[in-house]
Amino acid sequence: MVQEDLVRIAHLSCGSEYSGIQKEIETAAEIVNARVFYPEISIEEVQQVQDDFGLHVASSDLGLIMARARVLVEGNTNADAVLITTCFRCAEGAVVRNELRRYIYENSDLPVISYSFTERTTSGTLLTRLEALTTTARRRSLLAREHQEGLTAGIDSGSTTTKSVVMKDDKVIGRGWVPTTNVIQSANEAYNKALETAGVNRDEIQALGVTGYGRFLIKEEFNADLVQEEITVNSKGAVYLADSQRGTATVIDIGGMDNKAISIQDGIPGMFTMGGICAGASGRFLEMTAKRLGVDITELGALAVKGMQQNVEMNSYCIVFGIQSLVNSLSKGSVPEDVAAASCHSVVEQVFEQQLQEVEVKEPLIMVGGSSLIEGVPKAMEDMLNIKVVVPPDSQYIGAVGSALLASGFINK
Amino acid sequence: MVKVFIYPSNSLILSDLVDRFGHEPLAVMHEIGKKIKTAGLDSPPINITPEDPKKGLKYAAVEVPSGVRGRMSLLGPLLEEAQAAIIVNGQDISFGCMGCARTNELITFLIKAKNIPTLDLDYPRTEETARDFVHQIHEFLAGLDNIKTGTSDQSSGDE
Repeated sequence: MVQEDLVRIAHLSCGSEYSGIQKEIETAAEIVNARVFYPEISIEEVQQVQDDFGLHVASSDLGLIMARARVLVEGNTNADAVLITTCFRCAEGAVVRNELRRYIYENSDLPVISYSFTERTTSGTLLTRLEALTTTARRRSLLAREHQEGLTAGIDSGSTTTKSVVMKDDKVIGRGWVPTTNVIQSANEAYNKALETAGVNRDEIQALGVTGYGRFLIKEEFNADLVQEEITVNSKGAVYLADSQRGTATVIDIGGMDNKAISIQDGIPGMFTMGGICAGASGRFLEMTAKRLGVDITELGALAVKGMQQNVEMNSYCIVFGIQSLVNSLSKGSVPEDVAAASCHSVVEQVFEQQLQEVEVKEPLIMVGGSSLIEGVPKAMEDMLNIKVVVPPDSQYIGAVGSALLASGFINK
Repeated sequence: MVKVFIYPSNSLILSDLVDRFGHEPLAVMHEIGKKIKTAGLDSPPINITPEDPKKGLKYAAVEVPSGVRGRMSLLGPLLEEAQAAIIVNGQDISFGCMGCARTNELITFLIKAKNIPTLDLDYPRTEETARDFVHQIHEFLAGLDNIKTGTSDQSSGDE
């Protein structure tokens, strides 16, 4: 990774030291050239803060992080970004974590991310999140870019599929999409397809951006100008394609391995969450449903919008037991349309329950990624939130478009 | 000499009082000190590793937050050794603080469940009550000299 400016991440934490994961947090921070520190506060500030906030907690470490949040908002400490962590399954910690994240987001310009950990949390789990946090802190001018210029390309090396686009003067002129097998080989195939449909040669490309799980590997292979995690890249691509670069927006990307929910202000992510614990809440569940119904994944959405999810009993969010519920429904005579609708509803319900509670949902709500093209998924989200969901053109290429857009900032470098 | 568990278990004042009155304080500072000073594969040693919350499973189930179990991996063994205990309730954080309310609840419950001589006190907020506070601790600790350590059949000595 290219060494960039050091980012100072203020860590507001209850329990991470006693969970034995402090070293994991610091390791992830080191990889993205960041330093984690605890904002200094006085004991009087800890004693006073609960009365001032009107939030009284039984755990004194939570009072401590409230006092630290306040010195950050008041600008009394030199921080570039904020990481809030509390123990997974601690209700009191969850309340304070969510309220402090909101407080910092609404009262400062500091990018903030929160995470609930267990003793099994590793630096690898935290890396993409901290990379996004530091990118938002150090690349604000790049993320503010609203237009693609010149001839650029982007490659999104995802866990399930690899996507590539070629862009010229604010237009997507070439597209490539292949299943991910061998990371470099799949990237080559997708990139070649995009170049071929655009009618340009590789050496004509003025700048290349890469993102996704395989970004570090393909960065070396293609000598990319920009390598950036998918949270900031996808949010940039989403507001660009949905023509919502100014003001608020919320981006939801249900991916093959993880889901992202991102609150955006003027094209720059403010709060975001990245879920990845349960496969039952991922695009993989939809793939398995399509397979069980004997239809192609591209046909699942059309099937789902014709069905009624209420007609199918889903007893579990688990990818194994959830599919079992669907199989049982089919054996009891449920129609494929209802089963397809139930699977879309199940995935969306989990995203709603586990992730959308952690970000500010502000319109427009933009759904991106391959799963957004399964019509039943945005429909289920609309039904659940009772707001219009925007699926922009080329939404399945969102990471590649975001990369190509941001890469154009490197043309003259 | 009796091993006296103190709560809050990082209270320097309580630890010092127990020591001055001739008993052995069971305080978390000593346990943390061992983790820092003991040579191991990690150099410099890491205070708490992900293995510690797993040791805490002896005291709290897996659905209990890892921060509670990590704290219990330090405090639980101390509690097992304890022959008496002093609990100070409603203390100011400058007096001593374990940080986590769930750990506090579990610790105070386990002290009571152990059925050892226990002094339960409120944190003093005035000079007069502070004098009485020290006096009660002194009386309690002096009384411990007479108990049969290790096999105490004395019921909880809450005061």
